[in-house]
Amino acid sequence: MSSNHVKRVDLIFEKIECKAVLEKIVDMEPDDICQELLDSDLKGRGGAGFPTGMKWRFTAQEKDPVKYIVCNADEGEPGTFKDREILDQVPGKVFCGMAIAGKAVGAKMGYVYLRGEYKFLIPKLNTELDKFHKTMDEFNQNFRIQIRLGSGAYICGEESALFESIEGKRGEPRNKPPYPTSFGLFGKPTAINNVETLVHTVMIMNYGADHFRELGTKDSRGSKVFSISGDTPKAGIFELELGMTVDQFVNDFGDGDTKAVQVGGASGFCVPRKKFAETIIGFEGMPTGGSMKLFNSSRSMYNVLHNYLDFFTEESCGQCTPCRVGCQQLLKGVEAVKRGEKNSKYLDELVKLAKTMKRASKCGLGQSVGNAFGSIVENFKEEIIY
Amino acid sequence: MVSLSINGMQVKVPEGTTILEAAKQLNFRIPTLCHHDDLCVAGNCRVCVVEQLGAKALVASCATPVTEGIQILTNSLKVRSARKHIIELLLSEHNADCTKCYKNGMCELQDLSNEFAVGDHIFIDLNTIKDYTVDRFSPSIQKDDSKCIRCQRCVRTCEQLQGVNALTVAFKGDQQRITTFEDLSMAEVICTNCGQCINRCPTGALVERTYLDEVWDAILDPTKHVVVQTAPAVRVGLGEELGLKPGKRVTGQMVSALKRLGFDSVLDTDFTADLTIMEEGTELLTRLKKALVDKDSDVALPMTTSCSPGWVKFIEHTFPEYLPNVSTCKSPQQMFGALTKTYYSRNRNLDPKDIVSVSIMPCTAKKYEANRPEMRSSGFKDVDYVLTTRELARMIKQAGVDFNRLKEDKYDSIMGVSSGAGVIFGATGGVMEAALRTAYEIVTGRPVPFEDLNITPVRGMDGVRQASVLFEDCKEEWSFLNGVELQCAVAHGLVNARKLMDGVKSGEINVHFIEVMACPGGCLGGGGQPIPTNEEIRKKRTEAIYAEDMSMEIRKSHENPEIIGIYKDFLGEPLGHKSHELLHTQYTKRVRY
Amino acid sequence: METIIENELVKELANKHGRSRDSLVPILQDLVVHNRFLSKQDMIDVARELDISAADVYGTATFYTFLDIEPKGKYVIRICKTISCAMKGKNEMLATIEEILKVKIGETTPDGKFSLLETNCIGWCHKAPAMLINDTPYTELTPRKVTEILREYIKK
Ligand SMILES: Cc1cc2nc3c(=O)[nH]c(=O)nc-3n(C[C@H](O)[C@H](O)[C@H](O)COP(=O)(O)O)c2cc1C
Ligand code: SF4
Ligand code: SF4
Ligand code: SF4
Ligand code: SF4
Ligand code: FES
Ligand code: FES
Repeated sequence: MSSNHVKRVDLIFEKIECKAVLEKIVDMEPDDICQELLDSDLKGRGGAGFPTGMKWRFTAQEKDPVKYIVCNADEGEPGTFKDREILDQVPGKVFCGMAIAGKAVGAKMGYVYLRGEYKFLIPKLNTELDKFHKTMDEFNQNFRIQIRLGSGAYICGEESALFESIEGKRGEPRNKPPYPTSFGLFGKPTAINNVETLVHTVMIMNYGADHFRELGTKDSRGSKVFSISGDTPKAGIFELELGMTVDQFVNDFGDGDTKAVQVGGASGFCVPRKKFAETIIGFEGMPTGGSMKLFNSSRSMYNVLHNYLDFFTEESCGQCTPCRVGCQQLLKGVEAVKRGEKNSKYLDELVKLAKTMKRASKCGLGQSVGNAFGSIVENFKEEIIY
Repeated sequence: MVSLSINGMQVKVPEGTTILEAAKQLNFRIPTLCHHDDLCVAGNCRVCVVEQLGAKALVASCATPVTEGIQILTNSLKVRSARKHIIELLLSEHNADCTKCYKNGMCELQDLSNEFAVGDHIFIDLNTIKDYTVDRFSPSIQKDDSKCIRCQRCVRTCEQLQGVNALTVAFKGDQQRITTFEDLSMAEVICTNCGQCINRCPTGALVERTYLDEVWDAILDPTKHVVVQTAPAVRVGLGEELGLKPGKRVTGQMVSALKRLGFDSVLDTDFTADLTIMEEGTELLTRLKKALVDKDSDVALPMTTSCSPGWVKFIEHTFPEYLPNVSTCKSPQQMFGALTKTYYSRNRNLDPKDIVSVSIMPCTAKKYEANRPEMRSSGFKDVDYVLTTRELARMIKQAGVDFNRLKEDKYDSIMGVSSGAGVIFGATGGVMEAALRTAYEIVTGRPVPFEDLNITPVRGMDGVRQASVLFEDCKEEWSFLNGVELQCAVAHGLVNARKLMDGVKSGEINVHFIEVMACPGGCLGGGGQPIPTNEEIRKKRTEAIYAEDMSMEIRKSHENPEIIGIYKDFLGEPLGHKSHELLHTQYTKRVRY
Repeated sequence: METIIENELVKELANKHGRSRDSLVPILQDLVVHNRFLSKQDMIDVARELDISAADVYGTATFYTFLDIEPKGKYVIRICKTISCAMKGKNEMLATIEEILKVKIGETTPDGKFSLLETNCIGWCHKAPAMLINDTPYTELTPRKVTEILREYIKK
C-alpha cells in the first residue's frame, strides 16, 4: 500500500447467495475447509488474532462427539459497533459461517451470544434464523443455532466468560489451559469466533483463499471492518484493507486536527501524532478488533483515560486481585495526581502497577488495561498531571 | 511423566501435576491464598504467579499443569515485583488493623505481608471508601467484609464440600463481594453453621463467634461452678494449635490444662456419646420392631443420626420431609448439658442456677445448637457456652500454661468415664460403629463379629459408604430380627449427605440406619478444628482417634460403668420417661431456598 | 416453614426456558422484561423452580448490570457515559432528561414510569450521544431530540 490513502473493500457487506456457498462445502472434507482457511491466513477479528483455520482444526481433532460453535456477538469494546451492523445487514452470512464451522469441526449446535444492548435486533435475527434452518433442512444438515442474550457485562465477550454466561453463571473467565478448543461451552470442544471472522470464512469459501490473500500484508491478510468514531467527519463503519499506517488512516478520516488515535478501544493503545507514520494497523503493528477513535486537540487526554479506567473498574469481573484492585488504584491514582494529592512520581508507580496487571491478571481484560494506561500516560503525561 | 526445570533444577512429575506441586517436590514453596488442597482450583488471587521463560505473561502456578520442557522461575525479579504488588493491592482493599483482629498471628495475608516486608503502603487506602459491615447475628459465625480478600475459598467450600451454597460471589468489578442471598445475615440464610468456610478462610473475614470472655468471667466468678465437657475430636486436634504435629493425642494434657485454667470439673462428652448410643440404639431397634413386627407403616425408616448439628440444620432446610426419620436424640453435647444441670447438680449438691456449663467442641454448629430455644429441658440453658478447639488453645496460651510439659491427668467423675465407642464418635463412621457394637450385642448377646471390634467396612474416607450386619441367633426378645441384615449408610461432608438423601428419596439407596456427619472426615475435620485442615491432616487425626479407641479398657458403650450407673440411679431405662424429657428433642421445618 | 404460593410467571418461564442451570439467565431476563426488576420473592421462586440456592440466583443476577434487583420504572433510560458519548455531549443530554423528568441518575419518577441510569458503550459511538429506552436505541441525540422522544414516552 503505497498511496497516502486507505483502500476501501466491500466483502463483508456484499450480499451473496449463501446457498451457493453451502453447496460448495457440503461435500467437502472437513479438514479441507480448515486447510482452505489456513491457506488464506485468516486471523480472528475479535481482537486476539488467532488463526481461524488452526482453531477449527484443533476443535475438529478432539474426540468428543459433542462439540459447539459459538458466535461471539458480545461486542462490548467501547468504540466497536461493526458486529451490530454486520448482524443487521447480513445476518444470513453470519449463520452460514457458523454452519461452515459446524461442518469443519463436526458440531451440530451453534450459539450466538448477542449483547443485551442489541436486543432490538432479535426479531430480525429470528426471521433470518428460520430461513437458515430451512436451508439447513434443504441441505440435509442438522446443524441448529440458538441465540442467547447477554445482560450488560463487557467481560462476557471474553470467550471463557461467555461460556460461563451461557451456562447460566456469573461471567467469570476461566483458567487457561484448558482452551475452548478442548474444554469450551458445557465443557465440550468449542470453536468460538467473532461475527466478522465468521463472515470472512464465508467469503473465503466463496472466492477462495487466494482472493482473500490478495489484500493486506504478509502478517495481516485481508480486509477488516473498522468502527470509526470520535473527532472525525466520517464516523461510521468502513471495510478497509489491513496494513495501513495510522497516518494514512488519519489522512482519510481525520478532521485536520487529530492529536491521537485510540486503536482497539479501551483495551487498545493510544497512538499520538508523532507516531502516526510508524504505526501499522495490523497484526505486525497494532492489532485491533476494529475500533478507531480519533481525538483532536480540543480533547483532554486525562478525561479520556479517566473514562476508560472508570469503564474497567466497573466492568472487571472482579475475581482476580491485579485487575479488581488494580483498576481501582489506577483510577483513584490518576485522580489523586490530578488533584495534586500525589506528586507526578506516583504516575511511575502506577505505570509499574499497570505492568503487573498486564503480566499477572487472569484474563485479557486485566492484561490489557495497561495498554491504554501506559500509552496515554507515556505520551500525554502533562495532560494527566496538570 | 513430564520433565521441566524449576529455578534451574530438573524435575520429573506425572502429567497433570501443577507447577505449584512440582515446585513443592523440589522444596520450593510458592505462596498461595486462593488455593486450598480440599477445593477446586480458582486461580484468582494471583500471588502464586511464576515466570515461564518465553511466555509473555506470568502464569498462576496453582492453576497451570506442567508441560514438557518448560522452564520456570519462582522467584525472578518479575515474579517478586508482581507478587509484592498483589499483596499491596490486597492490603489496600483491606482493613488491616491486625492488632485488633481475631486472626492476628494466624492469618495467611498477614504472614505474606510479613514475608514480603510490606512497609509503607504505596497504594491509596480503598478501605475507607467501601461501606463494609460486620455480621454478628449468627451465634456461630462472624463475617467481616472489610477483612475479605475475595479468594472465594469459602464459596467453594460451601458449594463443593457442603453442597449448601449459602455463600456466593455477588456483583462485579469494584463492587464485587462475598455475600449471602440478598446480603442477609448468616443467621437468616440456609447456612448450617458448620464452619467449614471459617476453617478455610485465610483471613479474619470469617471467624467463629467467640465466647472466651464470657467463659473467663464465669471461671473467675467464685459463685459459679463451671463444668467443662470435651468432645472426642478435640483431643486429637488441640495439639496442632499448640505446636504439635497432626495426629498427636493429647487427652491427658488437655485434662490437666483445663484443670489449671480453673474449671471446677473437667468432664467428658464421650460419656454422653456412650449415652447417645444407648438411646439411639434402642430407638433404632424400637423402630425396627415397629416396622417388622407391628407392621406399622408409619414408622420412619431409615433412621438417621442426629449428633451433628450442622447435619440437623441442613436436613431441616433441605429435606424437611425427612425430619421424622431423624433420631430424636439430642447431640451428646446437649445431653451432657441437660444432665449437668440435673443429674450432676443433684449428685454434687449444687443449685443448677449456679452452674455454668461449657463445652469444648471441634464444631461451630454446636454454638448455634446450644442457643436453640428448645435446648433448655433442664429448666436452664443446657449448655451455656461453646468454645472451639481453637478457642481452647487460645485460653491455654492466655493463661500461660506450658502445655507441652504438662503431665497427663484424668477426667473427673461423675460423667467423666467413657468407652472407646464414645471416642470414635469423632470420626466419620464412628457413631455407626459404636451403635453396631452395642446393638449387635443387645440383640444377640455376642460381640460384633469383627476382629478387635473394629468394624472396618464403615470406616474410611469415601464420601458415602454402605455396609450391612446380619443378625443371627438373636436373643429371644429380639428373635424378630433373626436373619435380618441391618443395612447401614454413612456420609460425611454435606455434599455427600445430599447425595445420600437424594438416593434415599429416589429409592436407589435402601437402608435402615444412616449416619451423617456434616464435616468432611467427621468431627475431627470440624469447622472449629485447627487451621489448616486438609485430607492429609484428617487422616492423621483419624488414625489418632482409632488408636485412642484401641487404648481404652472399655470399648463398648453399654459396658461403661457410669452409663450403667446413670440408668440405675437416674434415668431408669433407655427411652424412658426421664430420657424423653432430658435427652430427646424435636426439629423445625425450614425453607430450602 | 413458609407456605409456598405458586409464582405463575416463574413457573411459566421455567416451562418455556427449561429448568437446567443454563436456563437461569433467560428466565431472569424475561422476569425483568415483565416486572422491570427481580424481586426477592421472584429470585427465591426461581431458585425453587431450578433447585439451586437462592444465593446462587442472587450472585448470578447481580453480576449482570441489566438484571436489576431494585425496582425500576416502566421505561428504563440508560444513557451511555463512555468516551464517544461523553465527548459528544452526554452531560447535556443528561441535564435535559433530569430537567424534564425531575429525577437524578439512579432514580425513578414517583409515578413509576421512568428510571434514569447510566450505562457503558452501547455500540452507537459513530452516532453519539446515544441512549437506550428499554431495548430501543436512540442516537445522535440533541437536547431537542431528547425532549421530543421523552414527550412521546410521557404520552404513552
Ligand atoms: C475482555 C475481553 C472482551 C472481549 N470481547 C469480545 C467481543 O466482544 N467480541 C469478540 O468477538 N471477541 C471478544 N474478545 C475476544 C474473545 O475472547 C475471543 O478471542 C474471540 O471471540 C475469538 O474470536 P476470533 O478468533 O474470531 O477473533 C474479548 C476478549 C476479552 C479479553
Ligand atoms: S483480569 Fe479482570 S476480568 Fe479478567 S478474570 Fe481478572 S478480574 Fe476478571
Ligand atoms: S485479616 Fe489478617 S491481615 Fe487482616 S487485619 Fe486480620 S490479621 Fe491483619
Ligand atoms: S458455615 Fe457451612 S453452611 Fe454456613 S456458609 Fe460456611 S460452609 Fe456454608
Ligand atoms: S470470606 Fe475469607 S474465604 Fe471467603 S472470600 Fe473472603 S477471605 Fe476468602
Ligand atoms: S493461589 Fe494460585 S491464584 Fe491464588
Ligand atoms: S461510547 Fe456511547 S455508544 Fe459507544
